[in-house]
Amino acid sequence: MGTVISNERLADNVYHLRVGGEYGGEMGQFYMLRAWGAYPVLSRPLSIHQVSDEGIDFLYHVVGEGTELFSQLTPGNSINLEGPFGSGFPAVTGRVALVGGGIGIAPLLYCARELPGSDVYLGFSREPYRTEEFRSHAARLTVDVGGLVLDNVDFAEYDHVFVCGPHPMLKAAQLKGIAAVTAGSTVNVYLSLENRMACGIGACLVCSVSCKDGQRKACADGPVFLAEEVVFHD
Amino acid sequence: MIRNEDSSSLNTQLDLRANIAGVAFKNPIVMASGTFGFGKEYAKYYDINELGGISGKGLTLQPKAGNQGTRVYETASGMLNSVGLENPGIPSFLEKECAYWETLDTARIVNLGGNTFEDYVTGAELIQQDADRRSDSGRKAVDMIELNISCPNVKEGGIAFGIRTCDARELVRAVRRATSLPLSVKLSPNAEDVADMALMCQEEGADAVSLINTISGMKIDVRRRRSVFNNLYAGLSGPAIKPIALRMVHQVAKRVEIPIIGMGGISSATDIIEFIMAGATVVQVGTYNFMNLRAGEDLLRDLRQFMIEENIYSLDEIRGIL
Repeated sequence: MGTVISNERLADNVYHLRVGGEYGGEMGQFYMLRAWGAYPVLSRPLSIHQVSDEGIDFLYHVVGEGTELFSQLTPGNSINLEGPFGSGFPAVTGRVALVGGGIGIAPLLYCARELPGSDVYLGFSREPYRTEEFRSHAARLTVDVGGLVLDNVDFAEYDHVFVCGPHPMLKAAQLKGIAAVTAGSTVNVYLSLENRMACGIGACLVCSVSCKDGQRKACADGPVFLAEEVVFHD
Repeated sequence: MIRNEDSSSLNTQLDLRANIAGVAFKNPIVMASGTFGFGKEYAKYYDINELGGISGKGLTLQPKAGNQGTRVYETASGMLNSVGLENPGIPSFLEKECAYWETLDTARIVNLGGNTFEDYVTGAELIQQDADRRSDSGRKAVDMIELNISCPNVKEGGIAFGIRTCDARELVRAVRRATSLPLSVKLSPNAEDVADMALMCQEEGADAVSLINTISGMKIDVRRRRSVFNNLYAGLSGPAIKPIALRMVHQVAKRVEIPIIGMGGISSATDIIEFIMAGATVVQVGTYNFMNLRAGEDLLRDLRQFMIEENIYSLDEIRGIL
């Protein structure tokens, strides 16, 4: 059981939750969070936004019953965290771009801290949030409001591009990566997927991802996958 | 009544054991197929050898990729799933997973699905042949087969056999012939008459029946004006279905002599007690694994505590009392 230290509204339906305690994890890994008893039945997977001496931070967008309950948490409330789970972003060297769309910026702050000197591209449909925290770690910060953040990124300039955002953005990033490689770039594109999960540890297969070599588990084999491995069906 | 002894000494006197067709269960808590993988994932969080048993992810002869699109959706007090029997196939299971199962000290149940009648029978034969080979060298990986005629999420096979008793009879008979391993048949709540189905299983030589599988359900995305699931319907599980499951276990218990592996929404020790009172020999726990990562450990502790509080020394004292 962790204790809520703060739970701050950042923008429309977007919150920043800090839970006290010694919680670890690597870039792109996630925790299963539960701030209730039996119902809703499923815990909610949230990626690590950052870890510090004060605790662990998460960003979340209120989209349903579980995140609605999270938004009502106040300092001192108890919350259950299981994790860290999953396989996150690799600890790479070279020229790195971190590209986040909306709440997809959540796992990238940790990456920005671990990989200082990265170029950071953040896209928002309306109000931007948490941009200043990225600025202090980024070599260059680009904030795009209302457009397509990927349009600002020249994949060929980088050795590694980490992408987290809505489904259409991930598909577009995969295509941009393929185009760059076809044109001679050696860029590696990594996507952090957001699938609905139940167990969080690789047992139930509800978060299955189609990959070139067969079905993989978003929770255990991912949530981060090499873009070229993922097969998008829709 | 031994009221003066402390609870730790009472704890050691409790008898939670059960036996189905020679398969010993240390306690009545078995993890349900599809929610527990093949056990490895949960073994990182507690000692799964403390469980009564595990029923592995449903297997088919050929590997299956499962269903595309959304596979899980939460509902009031439950969840819908449409995994569609994603699994590595029986040969891969026997080759890659059974070495781990050999090391387990808990009842190991293979859940056998299929697309066609022939697939089921061939699958059962492969499992039997593998068991025979291991037995020759003094090893064992599988204690029981759970014949799944009730998966609602695959188009062919599965539930197609599980609705009408006459459709299921030939299959149960053929699988019974194909294996000498203890056999339980996992029944669907969507069957026309679940007690009639159970009675047929008994007549055809099944050693037990497992019930209930998920209840066919639906969720519509009203903004997109379509089902959330590509497969239209999905299987409802979790506490929402427990009253239905309990009633069906009770109805079946009144009709058959063979043991019942009861399940459906169990998420507490008292839920386990209810199923045993309704006539179950052991129970399975599914969705609760998603509510509590250490479900098995916690349920076992709470079950022991409840038995001490209620002066129940053996579950036989309360089994089928209604």
